[in-house]
Amino acid sequence: MPDQPAIEAVGLEKSFGAVRVLDGVDLRVARGSVFSLLGPNGAGKTTTVRILSTLLPPTAGTARVAGFDIRRQRAEVRRGISVTGQDTAVDELQTGAENLRMMARLHGLRGSAARARAGALLERFDLTEAGDRRVRTYSGGMRRRLDLAASLITQPAVIFLDEPTTGLDPRSRQQVWEVVNELVRNGVTIFLTTQYLEEADRLADQIAVVDGGRIVAQGHAAQLKQQVAGHRLDLVAPDPAAYEGLVHRLGPRATQPAPERLAVSVATDGSANHVRALLDELDPEHRAVARFTVHSATLDDVFLALTGHATTQSQKETAGV
Amino acid sequence: MSETATLQRPASLAGDALAMTARSIRLSLRNIDGLITALFLPVMLMLLFVYLFGGAIETGTEYVTYVVPGVIVLCAGFGSSLTAVAVTNDMTGGIMDRFRSMDVSGAAVLGGHVVASVARNLMSTVLVILVGFLIGFRPQADAPDVLAAVSVLVLFVVAFSWVAAAVGVLARSPEAAGGFTFFIMFLPYPSSAFVPIDTMPSWIHGFAEHQPMTPVIESMRGLLLGTPVGDSAWLAIAWCAGILAVALAAASVLFRRRIT
Repeated sequence: MPDQPAIEAVGLEKSFGAVRVLDGVDLRVARGSVFSLLGPNGAGKTTTVRILSTLLPPTAGTARVAGFDIRRQRAEVRRGISVTGQDTAVDELQTGAENLRMMARLHGLRGSAARARAGALLERFDLTEAGDRRVRTYSGGMRRRLDLAASLITQPAVIFLDEPTTGLDPRSRQQVWEVVNELVRNGVTIFLTTQYLEEADRLADQIAVVDGGRIVAQGHAAQLKQQVAGHRLDLVAPDPAAYEGLVHRLGPRATQPAPERLAVSVATDGSANHVRALLDELDPEHRAVARFTVHSATLDDVFLALTGHATTQSQKETAGV
Repeated sequence: MSETATLQRPASLAGDALAMTARSIRLSLRNIDGLITALFLPVMLMLLFVYLFGGAIETGTEYVTYVVPGVIVLCAGFGSSLTAVAVTNDMTGGIMDRFRSMDVSGAAVLGGHVVASVARNLMSTVLVILVGFLIGFRPQADAPDVLAAVSVLVLFVVAFSWVAAAVGVLARSPEAAGGFTFFIMFLPYPSSAFVPIDTMPSWIHGFAEHQPMTPVIESMRGLLLGTPVGDSAWLAIAWCAGILAVALAAASVLFRRRIT
């Protein structure tokens, strides 16, 4: 069954009481690939991961993961996967080595074999020195690495990573990315969720953009970025009249208008030619634009382009970057 | 590939339970605040009752002799109820998902906490008896009596720890779970733990005589002091077995409801 997908989901739905969290999600993830579910908080990313990893039964729909049905063959699915959730799943009061030995024992390894496996994982995740310290003393990045190590006692066929880099500093984020790339080289299928377009772009073969429990776009990173033009030109007008003129000229192309700052944005491919052409078109008399900046597209731009509405979460986050 | 094959052999329930027990005991020992509370609160309470209140209480024997079995049960109840906090910590953090994704059963995780609770409570009981001995408590028990007393106590701790585990599954935060310890702390007061029931107002006799703490305390008292136990031992066993059965069922149902 070499061409059977690692994950295949059809019509997944999930409601908590009256709240519909997933509204018909279809997914297909090829073996050995990296698939990224991209979306803001509350879009249904974590729920999707929990359903696919058998932790939560769907209200409707079916899925097969690592060759088994997530409802009827839960134990078989669980033997083929590992999950690293958003909350750190290690004990603060145990040392890194103790946590890993415990996980190894739960996988059926005994005494010296468990010890050896824990040691190898500490080594691989650059935690050997910290191995005998309690996790409470670890930095966010070290916890994340230990958490990943704990999910790799066995070599699972499919690894779920739910927002693996949220809240990490750039260096730790880089380390997590390296781990993901290494796993992929070993032929593991990776399903990861993220709020960062850049992360999905760097890691994923396929990206699905999820919003309000639905998949609103799916494709290669390049395809998605074509839809959002890849970059964004931010314009600041010198006075309200000029601002009105800019918005008028932009028409439906105007995004993220901020009258209080006299700022408005427009999609661009980021090339000098296109930016120059836009500026000339929008401001032929060279009076209406006081300043401009060019940014690479953020999750918010993807959302605006795909759904016609902004995320509330990502605006804050991109503002902080 | 052969390594992967052996690694993916499903671990047994017994093996899981053993690993979880080792984990819970280690976590108990390293939770310094909790450990100090669990070990020294019993001793403080005993000293409080013997020296501050004891002078005013007539029980027909030395008060220390009367009160030590009550303190043991009060503290075992309190110590058991701390299980709720440990369970809620697991339920609200990410680790329960990790365990479940590894197909470790909830029973193994909760059972580990219950066994750790038994170990913790035996430690605090030994400490209470030692300090009690220093201040004049002289048990009159032979070996079979001691064995019987320990058995009743362990059964009591197991039953109330499972109740606490069920509460811990239900609670949404460790603070909420902590509230349960207060309820269990107060349950021994309207019983024969600290003063004879016939000194209490008559309207409370019905509750005090027929609540589960009283037969447990009376059988501990009888067994440790070598006085007649009467039917309180059987009543204690029946109460604890009943509570245990209900708690196990409740924990299992609540666990399943909580994870969906």
